[in-house]
Amino acid sequence: MANLSYLFAAYTAVWVLLFLYILGLSRRNRSLEKEIEELRELLRRKT
Amino acid sequence: MRRFADTILPAATFVVMVAALYMVFVYVPSDREQGIIQRVFYFHVPLAIMGFVAFGTVAVASILFLWRGTRVWDRLAHSAAEVGMVFCSLVLITGPIWARPAWGTWWTWDARLTTTLILWLIYAAYLMLRSVSGPGDQGARYAAVLGIVGAVDIPIINRSVYWWRTIHPAVLVTRTGGTGLSDPRMQATFGICFLAFFLLFLLLLKVRNESFRLRDALDELHQQALTSS
Amino acid sequence: MFALLRKDLQIEFRTKETLASLLLLGLLTLVVLSFAFDPTSELRSEAAPGALWVAVIFAGVLGLNRSFLAERENDCMQGILLCPVDRGTIYLAKTAGNFVFMMVAQLFIVPIFIFFFNLAVTPALGAVFLTLALGVLGFAAIGTLFAAISVRTRAREVLLPLLMLPLVVPIFIAGVRITGHLLAGKPLAEVAPWMNLMVGFDAIFLIVGWLVFEYAVEE
Repeated sequence: MANLSYLFAAYTAVWVLLFLYILGLSRRNRSLEKEIEELRELLRRKT
Repeated sequence: MRRFADTILPAATFVVMVAALYMVFVYVPSDREQGIIQRVFYFHVPLAIMGFVAFGTVAVASILFLWRGTRVWDRLAHSAAEVGMVFCSLVLITGPIWARPAWGTWWTWDARLTTTLILWLIYAAYLMLRSVSGPGDQGARYAAVLGIVGAVDIPIINRSVYWWRTIHPAVLVTRTGGTGLSDPRMQATFGICFLAFFLLFLLLLKVRNESFRLRDALDELHQQALTSS
Repeated sequence: MFALLRKDLQIEFRTKETLASLLLLGLLTLVVLSFAFDPTSELRSEAAPGALWVAVIFAGVLGLNRSFLAERENDCMQGILLCPVDRGTIYLAKTAGNFVFMMVAQLFIVPIFIFFFNLAVTPALGAVFLTLALGVLGFAAIGTLFAAISVRTRAREVLLPLLMLPLVVPIFIAGVRITGHLLAGKPLAEVAPWMNLMVGFDAIFLIVGWLVFEYAVEE
């Protein structure tokens, strides 16, 4: 049934978007982690 | 472990989910009695299982937190609660979507769906408690108490709702429930879907947990900065 | 533990505030629920057990909230915690206090219930009272634990019903079933599984509460 292929396409599109969002969150986490490390270094050097 | 979590898990989740979608919409044959709508089942059931698994995680992490006191367990409990809430909500949304065309009604007070509803309410209470508690470990401890009491209660709730339902005459056709799957293609589809949602659960848990970990690290840095200057 | 219990009871019976509010709220709930049904309809007598238990819950939540409010306002909690008493014992004392309280309220609420819903005064009422006692014990066990928690959050009293109600569903279902059964004149033995459920629930959560109460009141 052709309709089902459309459903498949639709849900896959939704999934891809959702997944990209999750990846984006991960990326943001990682950059935050880097910042925190840099701040830690700064503190260490000051004391 | 890091390696696995950062690359393999997301990749695997993506691939398995696409496979699952393909199988649900293209590969598997429609159910003879219920027609197309029955396909929701392949999402609905794994979501439900993971919703309960998530709460189990909350409970175990809560016990470990009260016992050991380390932040790790509290973060895990909180992440599991949030992810669990999402999954549980999806169960309660997909359930009626399935029920309406299949049995003619939006909601049946059948034991499983009702228990899921109560689980959702307990999740909501948990997250609400978190948000109105003061800062620091106090809020974490309160939430842990709720997590443990809730988990002990869920089987009792399930039993009581089940008895409640079986005494009333069946107003609606009670769901045959479980996997009455005969066709091996259906079984395979179910298996892949279950795997897909399991991986998704792990992935979401990991990402959410990381944000909590980062926030804690940041708080710690603040403390250090304050005390050293 | 008995000293603590005595203290709570003494305070309450002197002011009688909480008791009065409990009674009024129970009465009001029964009245309002009565309006939900056409006085002549069949539905009314079928809904009666449900109405009773809803009244019990609403009044109970109010009473539970107030049991910790006094502590919070006067910072008495510190005082109690300084006592060389095991936290678990404090929990049991508080729970017992709340239980006694709510049961006294039932002494008034049940007759009102019979009055409004036109029920015959039969020996079955003794069993109904027993059922209420089991149910109220369960409410007290869970409620005391979560009242201690909710009173110390930003949302205060509003949080307690949110936390409590989903958890006491088994007691509520069991209570309504048993009460309905008894009022229909059927023997207690038939609802034995439900009674067992209530007893089990009470036992389990008294123990769990006793174990975790310290985490609910730690500073």
